[in-house]
Amino acid sequence: MRGGWFKVYALAYLVFLYAPIVLLPMFAFNDATVIAFPLNGFTTKWFSEMWVAPGLWPALKNSLIIAVSSAVIATALGIFAARASTRYKFPGKAGIMGLIMLPLVLPEIIVAVSLLVVLLGIGMPLSIFTVILGHVLMTTPFTIAILTSAFQSLDRSLEEAAYDLGETPISAFRLVILPLVMPGIISSLLISFTISLDEFIIAFFLGGTQVTLPVYIFSQFRFPQSVPVIMALGTILVALSILLLSIAEYFRRRGIAKSGGKDTGGFL
Amino acid sequence: MKRSARGAGTEASSGLLLVSPPAIYALVLLAAPLATIILYSFFTDGYLEVIREFTFANYRETWVNPLYRTVMLRSLLVSVLVTLATVLLAFPVAYFVSFHVDPSRKSLWLFLITIPFWTSYLIRVFLWKVILGYNGVVNSGLLSLGIIDEPLTFLLYNTNSVVITLAHAYAPFAILPIFVALEKIDRSLLEAGQDLGETRFATFCRVTLPLAMPGVVASVLIVFIPTIGDYVTPQLVGGPEGRMVANLIQLQYLRLDNYPLGSAIAVSAMGIVAVISLIFLFLTRRYLKGPK
Repeated sequence: MRGGWFKVYALAYLVFLYAPIVLLPMFAFNDATVIAFPLNGFTTKWFSEMWVAPGLWPALKNSLIIAVSSAVIATALGIFAARASTRYKFPGKAGIMGLIMLPLVLPEIIVAVSLLVVLLGIGMPLSIFTVILGHVLMTTPFTIAILTSAFQSLDRSLEEAAYDLGETPISAFRLVILPLVMPGIISSLLISFTISLDEFIIAFFLGGTQVTLPVYIFSQFRFPQSVPVIMALGTILVALSILLLSIAEYFRRRGIAKSGGKDTGGFL
Repeated sequence: MKRSARGAGTEASSGLLLVSPPAIYALVLLAAPLATIILYSFFTDGYLEVIREFTFANYRETWVNPLYRTVMLRSLLVSVLVTLATVLLAFPVAYFVSFHVDPSRKSLWLFLITIPFWTSYLIRVFLWKVILGYNGVVNSGLLSLGIIDEPLTFLLYNTNSVVITLAHAYAPFAILPIFVALEKIDRSLLEAGQDLGETRFATFCRVTLPLAMPGVVASVLIVFIPTIGDYVTPQLVGGPEGRMVANLIQLQYLRLDNYPLGSAIAVSAMGIVAVISLIFLFLTRRYLKGPK
């Protein structure tokens, strides 16, 4: 066996990583209000209760509006930044890119409170829109990370061939570059959608009276009787994110294969 | 003709033009707000509005009041412990994936490692409460095995539980940079080390580890910096003894409506993190230079 003890360790590590996710469906289907062992028999009633839970549907609707808008805007901004940083040299590049990528390491609470102060300062009411503003800020660095690897693996000569054949920079971008980086764009849309759907702090601070799904979930943790329903909801959300991420990974790899690059693995 | 028109000057301007939408967005919605809270941290809190009078009182309160100082120090301690635990536990995994996994399966391993990171953070943290709680998985497991007679109470609602939960949450963040650094190592260097009579362990210490340091440094920073500002984990599993600086900031902003003090706490936390990160970068600078 290759790796020996390392492999045993890595597998144990995966078990540690997945422990909470494995427990989730166990409690979602467990016939007891208390979230504890031993389990008490199988039921699907938490899923049907979820269907009629007050407040859940409006929260889901808000979350979907926010996640779709953030994904589209962040990916659009990411295309600009990734294209600029992989194709052009310009003064202040490191500083500008550093600022754009900063939310990747900055604690979210700092982003949230600083935006809150400014938005309230200019008198903008808190709403879905203000959450979108924050989520775009948070997700753009992730889209840039994905799109940069897509743009980096592009062969520059393809673009030059297009110019020689009389295309303008814009038509060359649309006809040659865009199709080649399309898998990267799809992957970036899916990842930013997933991040936005899951984001709590910014939605909590900037949402005002508009509740998103994570804010709804957080508020339900205070009521022990509604926790099993949240476990059911969580099971569906985890399944959905795994599905979306698998599709994103598929497109990311296809994109790299398409433009002839080498797969360095991972989203970051 | 078109080609020659795109010289160095136009390259810079088209680059700047292209980067301007995201750059302006970040300037307006990130740089300006950050500058604003720095400004606010020097203002005075009034009854209904912030009084624009310059003062150091908020910083004095943040640094002298034992309540705030304790929370700040605890946040720092938690961040350091989480960073240590995450990076030490992650290194062998990154090493395994880079050196022992078949190249065609590396993506799959990385994908498996990153998935938990993207899935419902809130629910994952809540489940740690279930795992570590009084009737939790750990306690009921140890009880049924007869290792303990009554449930352990030191597992939940304190600094331990915050450290465990955060170490779990940031695990993938630590693995990826180390993995990338290990992937860049020229394998012939390792063979050279062994050909020159070094043992495998000596080769690891003298060749692999120094070359992997840029990745280790990156993962230390990428875990350490956001961890100090985590709100959800201390709120859900920390209990009163496990509160961290983000809970304090939230309290000042959303409950007590004291924006200047909240800003001073936030700016202080950022400042401490920045200073520690810079010291850390300075101490590890000799590993970060490129090949000579």
